[in-house]
Amino acid sequence: MNTLIQLVESIEVANVASLVNKPEYGGINVFVGTVRNHTKGKKVEKLFFECYAPMALLEMEKIAERAKEEFDIKEVAIHHVVGEKQPGEVVVVIAVAAFHRKAAFAACEFVIDTLKETVPIWKKEYFEDGSVWVAAHP
Amino acid sequence: MSYTVLLFGVTKDIIGSSVYCPNDEFYTVGHLREHLYQSFPLLQKLNSLMIAVNMNYAEDHIMLSSTDEIALIPPVSGG
Repeated sequence: MNTLIQLVESIEVANVASLVNKPEYGGINVFVGTVRNHTKGKKVEKLFFECYAPMALLEMEKIAERAKEEFDIKEVAIHHVVGEKQPGEVVVVIAVAAFHRKAAFAACEFVIDTLKETVPIWKKEYFEDGSVWVAAHP
Repeated sequence: MSYTVLLFGVTKDIIGSSVYCPNDEFYTVGHLREHLYQSFPLLQKLNSLMIAVNMNYAEDHIMLSSTDEIALIPPVSGG
């Protein structure tokens, strides 16, 4: 099992960062995505994440490989949650290790941007007056 | 020949199940897409609808076989 790329019930940020921490690298860039408690002025009570697990893992692996090809970085870890999450909880952590920080920052942004475009994970936002699958409709 | 189509997110709500097994035969992803749009017009209102074959995004010209794992991928919203 690839410990770097995982779908999990909950995430410890430090654990994901430690997966890519080796003494020869000089920098680790970590992006932490959390549940925002509002969207377009409406209060969000909770989120539910559903995924097509085997394909989501494959797509996350592809993104990590592309990041390593396109940026001067050494390691990428991506952990994303599934299931129900409350405002403030961590839903995704991306950790990128490199010899130098600039490549780590750039690669980290590439990974989260691409994840949001290609990885088959869906979130449903729950409001006081109902729920909606995010981005499904115009 | 029959197909099993895995459904996720809003497509599960529109079709009303987590899998869809059409009786018809489809040669390509495009044929399946047309069938789905005719049978479930609400699918046409989505921002996008990708179809994955064996866990890869598939364009409309891709041929289908009954052993393929087919899935509907409505607009993703991870992260």
